[in-house]
Amino acid sequence: MLCSGAELELDTDADGIFELDDCLKVGTPLAEALGLNDPVIDIEVTPNRPDWLGVVGIARDLAAAGLGKHTTKQVLPVPGRYPSPQQVGTEAPQACAAFAGRLIRGVKNGPSPEWLQRRLRSIGQKPISALVDITNFITHDRGRPLHVYDVAKLSGTVRARMGREGESFLALNGKVYDVTPTMCVIADDARVLGLGGVIGGEYSGCTETTVDVLIESAYFDPTITHQTGRALALTTDAQYRFARGVDSGFIVPGVELATRMILDLCGGEPSEIMLAGEIPAAPPPVTFDPDRVRTLSGIDVKPTRVRAVLKDLGFETSAEGQGSKRIVVQPPTWRRDVVGPADLVEEVARIEGFDKMPTLEPPRAQGFRAPPASVGESRSRLGKRATAALGYFEAVTWSFCSREQALQFGGGGDEMLVANPISSELDCMRPSILPALLVAAQQNANRGFDDARLFEAGPIYRSTSDGGQERTITAVWRARPPRHWRAAPQPDIFDVKRDVLMVLEAIGAPVASLQTSSDVPAWWRPGRAGALRLGNKAVAIFGEIHPRTLKALDVEAPVLAFEILLDALPQPRAKNGRTKAPLEKLDLMPLTRDFAFIVDDGTAAADVARAALGADKQLISDVSLFDVYRGERMAAGKKSLAIEVTLQPRDKTLTDADIEAASAKVVSAVMKATGGTLRN
Amino acid sequence: MKNCVLANTSAKQRGMTTQTTDLETLERTLMARVEAANDEAALEAVRVDALGKQGAISALMKNLGSMSPDERKTFGAALNSVKDKISEAIVVKKATLAEAALDRQLQSEAVDVTLPPVKPRLGTIHPVSQVMEELAQIFGEMGFTVEEGPDIETDFNNFTALNFPKNHPARETQDTFFMNAKGADGERMVLRTHTSPVQVRTMLKQKPPIRMICMGRTFRKDSDATHTPMFHQIEGLVIDETSTMADLRSVLMAAIKAFFEVDDVRLRFRPHHFPFTEPSAEVDVGCDRSGGTIKIGAGDDWLEILGSGMVHPNVLKNCGIDPEKYQGYAFGMGIDRLAMLKYGMPDLRDFFAADTRWLKHYGFSPYLLPGLAQGVG
Repeated sequence: MLCSGAELELDTDADGIFELDDCLKVGTPLAEALGLNDPVIDIEVTPNRPDWLGVVGIARDLAAAGLGKHTTKQVLPVPGRYPSPQQVGTEAPQACAAFAGRLIRGVKNGPSPEWLQRRLRSIGQKPISALVDITNFITHDRGRPLHVYDVAKLSGTVRARMGREGESFLALNGKVYDVTPTMCVIADDARVLGLGGVIGGEYSGCTETTVDVLIESAYFDPTITHQTGRALALTTDAQYRFARGVDSGFIVPGVELATRMILDLCGGEPSEIMLAGEIPAAPPPVTFDPDRVRTLSGIDVKPTRVRAVLKDLGFETSAEGQGSKRIVVQPPTWRRDVVGPADLVEEVARIEGFDKMPTLEPPRAQGFRAPPASVGESRSRLGKRATAALGYFEAVTWSFCSREQALQFGGGGDEMLVANPISSELDCMRPSILPALLVAAQQNANRGFDDARLFEAGPIYRSTSDGGQERTITAVWRARPPRHWRAAPQPDIFDVKRDVLMVLEAIGAPVASLQTSSDVPAWWRPGRAGALRLGNKAVAIFGEIHPRTLKALDVEAPVLAFEILLDALPQPRAKNGRTKAPLEKLDLMPLTRDFAFIVDDGTAAADVARAALGADKQLISDVSLFDVYRGERMAAGKKSLAIEVTLQPRDKTLTDADIEAASAKVVSAVMKATGGTLRN
Repeated sequence: MKNCVLANTSAKQRGMTTQTTDLETLERTLMARVEAANDEAALEAVRVDALGKQGAISALMKNLGSMSPDERKTFGAALNSVKDKISEAIVVKKATLAEAALDRQLQSEAVDVTLPPVKPRLGTIHPVSQVMEELAQIFGEMGFTVEEGPDIETDFNNFTALNFPKNHPARETQDTFFMNAKGADGERMVLRTHTSPVQVRTMLKQKPPIRMICMGRTFRKDSDATHTPMFHQIEGLVIDETSTMADLRSVLMAAIKAFFEVDDVRLRFRPHHFPFTEPSAEVDVGCDRSGGTIKIGAGDDWLEILGSGMVHPNVLKNCGIDPEKYQGYAFGMGIDRLAMLKYGMPDLRDFFAADTRWLKHYGFSPYLLPGLAQGVG
């Protein structure tokens, strides 16, 4: 590849390829050969330290930490020769508290000298012209953004004011920006010249032909500058600094420093300095007990050392008064983040070093500890382990899904939309974990791993209010016909029903009180899904997913699933200690009797079982259904249900008459409840 | 055989010596028949022939009455001895035959034990769940409670209470997801960018001393090789009247030792900035990166693992706690990252891909309950 010096950003020469001296040894890294291999130090500047956005601020901190000596000299004022005919002003003190300016007449602009260009290039800045380069240099050297205007283009006072609806301007980056009344603009009598503290305008910018230049050094409000940058999605070196807060003590010195450099590099004749508005007051002093360093950070630092560290960082300290251990600390103008004792502790602790903290023994829990989890969390933990023990793999999937999916699973309301989603596939809080797991199961199948069993114990979101987030355990089973030398049946709804009941039992849910109903939400397959209810409240749903839903998700049918709504389970009763109720150990042998009933085909087996169980609550301890028969020996629309009833005698052995009486109660209860008849 | 017995019976009229000799013969014959019996039926036939009512020994027993006392004494004893021997032999033989019959039956019922069973599969627990329980154990041991809060939070709980000034660039470091819905504070609700809102909720409802951790889902609008839009955090908060940053270090030191199961750990507190703590520090843990993997507790390298600091007085104030009286510390780390460091998963994105290959490989047996007694892992 052939490149010019300009393309490599090593030079401004774009006429031909970049030529190297013949004496250079082949194989030498270019940076080394050209003497450009400066050390690169990456510094993470946190939002509270805009003073580190200039080299001088970093140097000050390094020196305070004992690394080198801080030698930055004070900026000496340059006397003005005449009052400036070009005025500056601020009409929006809330956005631009102070606006300092100076006119320099008769400058000669052109490329800046090599040393300046090299410095700018080494930090990734493109040299433009001496006047512009000087402002960029001071921005990075002192954290002081400046702007220069070509006075020939100005008409009337240059002032900061709020923007007006309908105004726009062409910025130095070549883009046109529409201005709003929440933005601070710099304007003259004729037009908007730029956005204050954000970006200058093309029209009034300095060029090679500029003869008279106006320097702007202002104080723009951090919040307004920040908002303007966000509104326009525009971050510039100036905007970044003003949004974090520049040194209010360097507004006028900034002009002086720029004047000196312009006079040095471009010549010219400076006016007197103009200052519109008011320079923001210094940050308020903080009364501080030096012992606070020890009581907050744990590091024992002598009061004299505390004062020395603060002094090195630019703070002024003085005794509060006679008899007081406390000192009064005046933060420098570039440290508006320091407002209280904790901030001063941090200053001292970080310079002293956190490694000076004493080593202490870790604490131990005192006395009795409540279980380190809520009821819901404990249930979730138990449920996870029970579900995994049944062969399901625990997955963790996104809390968001697509709105389309959400709508299919009973969610997708406006309230649940993410305003700035990472993609349209993830733009809505999920009303169910099912879609994510169904899709994942299919993806696993596509990879050749059929028979995927996945579950997730996680939140679903029904509303944005507290309590709108619910804890669930949701599982899917993409059951495929088992191939085994001992023929095993195809897993179906009753396999997931077993699984959901086992998990509920493991959690400690009142499984015996659950009732199964067939009314389920629309994304479950009608007739092949059921809800487990406590009273009217569904605590779990199990069965097959509706084929229509699966098709919409591009998932092959059938898929079995269950969903446990952990928060719907009743809270455990307030305990009287850990003592369990006494065991009722009955010595009399239980006995069983079988019954078969002919009922309508639509009759729920649970109704027969429940009626039998309720027939004699004292005596009947269990009912289990062991046969369902439909077929030729049965009339059309009828089926036979066979149950085994367990009788548990309590205080005496049952006589034949007792058993007869109980049997009669079972028969009549079932007949009454279901309209069925006893099969002979 | 019957003939043989009859022949013996017919010999009973002979003299004493002859009788004794005959008895020996009888015994030998019977013993041979017992020995030769190869099934229970044959053995039963011998028993009947010898000891049955009409059996040879029974017949001799009946003859005893007709003998002189001396004769009876001698012959009776000999006869009893033969009877016992035969009975004994039959019992032993019977057991042997039963044993052999059982062996044959079992042999005939043998199956190919190498055939595969219908085996219920064992699923796995996701590393994030496992690590959360490990952390709950570790901090529980140090007296921390586990608190909870929702994922969709108010701007106040996620930012304002935590001393993030409105319209401040610090908020942008969080890459926040905003909801369409507005909260009680009139601001757009957010997906919590950290679990710190749970600290706020706890401080608002509980008086100090507070000693809690919270764990859960957190969200930032970020997606690349090392960032996912959803991840998990654990945060801790201690508020009392005396806790210092040195206490914070001792807790973190103990927790990291317990979590990584190492005896010695180096921690480096690097000054940092968080709006909600002052002083603030990022904490690096000593590690060894030679050999391509990161080993915690060894080597002379550093790895940043968490952010921490002393709770900012403004945060205490915002949560109704008097900063003149109370102070304390807070810390936060990424749970997914902790899991990666401990268990060696290379890519964060796999955590949320629900790929059964990964879940099976990196997941944990449901029976592996984290507990400090056997090491949390």
